Amino acid sequence: MQDYISEITGSDVIAFIVGTLPPLAFMVVFTLFAVWLERKVSAHMQDRLGPMRVGWHGSLQTLADFLKLLQKEDIVASATDKALFNIAPYLVFAGTFLAYAMLPFTSFYIGSNADVGIFFILAVSGFVVAGLLMAGWGSNNKYSLYGAMRSAAQIVSYEIPTALVILTMLMIYGTMSLNEISMQQAGYIWDWGIFGGSLPGIAKFLIIPFMLVAFIILFISTLAETNRTPFDLPESESELVAGFSTEYSGVKFAMFFLAEFANMFLVSSILVVFFFGGYQSPIGYLGNLLGVEWLVPVEQTFWFIAKGLFFVFVQMWLRWTLPRVRVDQLMTICWKYLIPYAFFNLLIVGLILLI
Amino acid sequence: MSLRTEEMVLNMGPQHPSTHGVLRLELVLEGEVVHDVKPHIGYLHRCFEKHAEAMTYPQVVPYTDRMDYLASMYNNFGYVEAVEKLMGIEVPERVEYIRVIMGELQRIASHLVALGTYGLDLGAFTPFLYLFRDREKILTLFEETCGARLLYNYMWVGGLSHDIHPDFVRKTKEFIDYFRPTVTELNELLTYNKIFIERTANIGVCPAKEAINLGLSGPNLRGSGVKFDLRKNDPYSIYNKFDFEIPVGEGLVGTVGDCWDRYYVRVQEIEQSLRIIEQAIDQIPEGDVKSAVPRRVKPPKGHIYHRVEAPKGELGYFIISDGTVNPARVKVRAPSFVSLSAIGEIAKGYLVADVVAILGSLDIVLGEIDR
Repeated sequence: MQDYISEITGSDVIAFIVGTLPPLAFMVVFTLFAVWLERKVSAHMQDRLGPMRVGWHGSLQTLADFLKLLQKEDIVASATDKALFNIAPYLVFAGTFLAYAMLPFTSFYIGSNADVGIFFILAVSGFVVAGLLMAGWGSNNKYSLYGAMRSAAQIVSYEIPTALVILTMLMIYGTMSLNEISMQQAGYIWDWGIFGGSLPGIAKFLIIPFMLVAFIILFISTLAETNRTPFDLPESESELVAGFSTEYSGVKFAMFFLAEFANMFLVSSILVVFFFGGYQSPIGYLGNLLGVEWLVPVEQTFWFIAKGLFFVFVQMWLRWTLPRVRVDQLMTICWKYLIPYAFFNLLIVGLILLI
Repeated sequence: MSLRTEEMVLNMGPQHPSTHGVLRLELVLEGEVVHDVKPHIGYLHRCFEKHAEAMTYPQVVPYTDRMDYLASMYNNFGYVEAVEKLMGIEVPERVEYIRVIMGELQRIASHLVALGTYGLDLGAFTPFLYLFRDREKILTLFEETCGARLLYNYMWVGGLSHDIHPDFVRKTKEFIDYFRPTVTELNELLTYNKIFIERTANIGVCPAKEAINLGLSGPNLRGSGVKFDLRKNDPYSIYNKFDFEIPVGEGLVGTVGDCWDRYYVRVQEIEQSLRIIEQAIDQIPEGDVKSAVPRRVKPPKGHIYHRVEAPKGELGYFIISDGTVNPARVKVRAPSFVSLSAIGEIAKGYLVADVVAILGSLDIVLGEIDR
């Protein structure tokens, strides 16, 4: 897409700037929608209605809230470390936003079609950890520091099972580009990664149970990486008030919020790309059937976002059902269960592929 | 070489989401391990006991409402019984029955808040709202009876402020039929949830001996496996007429006396309270609820200590009368106060996150602690 724009405008800089807009727009719109969805999902699970006043069924409520947040005074307590405190939310946001560059919404549009794909996403996620630590330390608040330390420990630990599972999947696909991974799952629902993808013959059937294990491990660890219940310890309000974001208000708080919800979709889409065919339609394309070429990318975008939203919904569903684990139990789950299982899974999938 | 480490002091509260009111806990931590917990109270102090000395006996009743504001009926219950005993008033059977029904409904309502907020403390938001939905139904019953939803001033010395509503019996029965299955729902959603058990089993263990030494009472004492319930052990009102059991902690998923046991005792007590209500509701005799209300409440010189099994434990009123219309002294033995004082002993050696779990399992209400 960059190439196309730079051809029109004749400037690479403008092309890059324009090229970043779609993911940004998507992030903002998605966050507005997801916050509303979260409220509605939680409300209906709890015999409530949720927001009903602003717009149809409260659909503009988050927009109103967001505008309110923008108008709020940007409070910076006197004892904070100003530089760290001010940079942190933007760094957290940047980490998430950078990762969006690699998401293949359709085969025709991808922020940056780099070969490193998933590797890049894992790498820039590190920004988030740094940002959270800076927020916690810079706030000069014990609760914030606890929240940030927990968060950092949690994200770093859970990156290991995540990476192991991703490694497993990379052995199958043989590429790190998310676009190519999605392409390999073209066809119908049984061509998706969770059903063994496009592996030939018997290997496809042998691998299905291990794909399920891999999926569950990846799902659990991404839940932990996004700090969602049952792993929402960094923000567990009954213990740490609001964790690392306790001291933040106004725009900076909105940044954390935006990053958190955008992150939910990010991890969901990683799951979708690896196991559920990425942007591929499970039932074939109407565009191909009718011979309308422009319809295919639209359908692909639809499927990608729909699948992503489904997993976002599952995350919300879990959040409003489960209590939260304790910090040491969280680490136990990661180090004693997920990592060994992921490792065994890696070995066995490797063996199957060798055969 | 060893690293020099320092203990960190963390102030939990007074503005903290899980201190159940305005409470400040001073936590001495090493890393995340709790070395000591010091509760600092008094943020809600309203001089109830001193106030009472300037009031006439019936005027004290609304003040008792405001102690344990989640169980106002039972606070009334204890106080009016104490004054009646002091004056030697025999109240009509009908009044006794209605008081017991109201008291047990109140116990259920109080336990629902305790269980719901406990789930909330551990991050489970939804059960909280389910339980509040059911508590709402109890409050509606109260509202239809006496017009108030939280602070009832319903029980008077010698009687009741209003007779029950003609529909009360039918609606209470409907409520019981509706409510029984929701306890199962709670068990499925929260009680036997794996994560919930992980968070509460073997946490905050308080052995029976220690519980007695700390002076715990009510569900907290029974959670430690001590079968002690004033409704059975020191029967007051007409509790000896009813058939019910005293659930105690058995350590089903962990050790006897852990947070889960204290939680589960409350769940089981809901069922027992329902049983009492069921037995009582059909036997309410006819009568006038105000027939024994004295024109002038002026007890003879003397003093009395009367205790009742409030939802949170032993609620005792010590009243000294100097023969005038004002009590010379009203001292309250508030169960939450004793429960809170035990937290330092119980929470030692557990993690910060466990302090929240332990505090929640003790089910304190600050209105009663500070009075």
